[in-house]
Amino acid sequence: MIFFQLFYTFFLIGLFGFGGGYAMISMIQGEVVTNHHWMTMGEFTDIVAVSQMTPGPIGINSATYVGYTAVVNVGGEHWMGILGSVTATFAVVLPSFILMLLISKFLMKYKHHPVVEHVFLGLRPAVVGLLAAACLLLMTPENFSTPSESPWQFWISVGIFLFTLIGCQVYKLKPIPTLLFCAFVGILLF
Amino acid sequence: MNKFRSDPQSKVTTPPIKGGRGGGLFTTFFHIGLFTIGGGYAMIPLIEEKIVDEKQWISREELLDLMAVAQSCPGVFAVNIAIFIGYKLRGIRGALASTIGCCLPSFLIILAIALFFRQFQDNPWVARAFRGIRPCVVALIAAPTFKMAKTAKIGLTNIWIPILSAFLIWMFGVSPIWVIAIAGLGGYLYGKFVDQGLTPNPSPKGEGSIHPQENTNDNSPQQ
Repeated sequence: MIFFQLFYTFFLIGLFGFGGGYAMISMIQGEVVTNHHWMTMGEFTDIVAVSQMTPGPIGINSATYVGYTAVVNVGGEHWMGILGSVTATFAVVLPSFILMLLISKFLMKYKHHPVVEHVFLGLRPAVVGLLAAACLLLMTPENFSTPSESPWQFWISVGIFLFTLIGCQVYKLKPIPTLLFCAFVGILLF
Repeated sequence: MNKFRSDPQSKVTTPPIKGGRGGGLFTTFFHIGLFTIGGGYAMIPLIEEKIVDEKQWISREELLDLMAVAQSCPGVFAVNIAIFIGYKLRGIRGALASTIGCCLPSFLIILAIALFFRQFQDNPWVARAFRGIRPCVVALIAAPTFKMAKTAKIGLTNIWIPILSAFLIWMFGVSPIWVIAIAGLGGYLYGKFVDQGLTPNPSPKGEGSIHPQENTNDNSPQQ
């Protein structure tokens, strides 16, 4: 039955989806579009775009969306579609749940072991680098446009970026109101 | 030492989780999940603000450690972080509360889109709002780097570590997991051969405790 397939597929995605976002996308695409034909490539591209515009990571969003669409596409009712969503989303989170609980237990027990402490001491600066990389990777024409393509959008985007950066660092602006404000600015100016 | 974990009857320092100044685990993570837009890392500034600074449920050091673990594990980064924090604060029930809280907003919104708003992404208003949101998110992710750098004790001697890490990932497409693995190994080797006998953290008791602490980034002994 499709629910078992959904569960199984997304459980595997949750279990083997290393490297976050984009790595996961190709895995999901392989399973959902190529393997199971639950969606067309076009529909899948849509959900990736939607996921950029909605809260939630692509892993969760695609599970929710695919879960619903797959069931409905084989003739299920709306409520069955919702059940499909729940199944897929639950399945993708479950491996994380188990794994993280095990690791938490382990870490809590061995947190003050000198080896563990030293490892994390080495990790912390690297994680700062990770954060910086995440930020750099997001500086794309998709997010900012380019001076040649659309100077208006580009410079406003740069302005928004600087406003947020300086606002949060210097003026202690809070993230959520800033996000909402920038959305509003986007509606006004773009 | 780890008695704080999930014992509701515990008299050891457990911060108020339910209710209080703005909600318990579920509510907090619901808010966080609602505004994590543009990828898992967008969660970090929100966690920093609400959980580290405001509620002081974890320290900034712990958040850094958490990020390393969450990135190295399979599955969704944001969910891993939520599970960890929830479990640390209230055991399995906490993990459930935080995870469900974090996933629920996106779940509901995506379902709504699938059911009613198929053309959501084509809506011009939405498109414009997001042209404003995206650069904002990039800056929001950048903002914590400075405080985190301080927490990670980054100075002139070791600033090459984050720079190299960022470069490898950004320029050369190296998977973050490799970077983490090598950095962890480096830390281990450093401890083994260089830092003999010196405890890296002067206050092992301060680290890891969720006793509400003054919001300082130095490892001064717990008061």
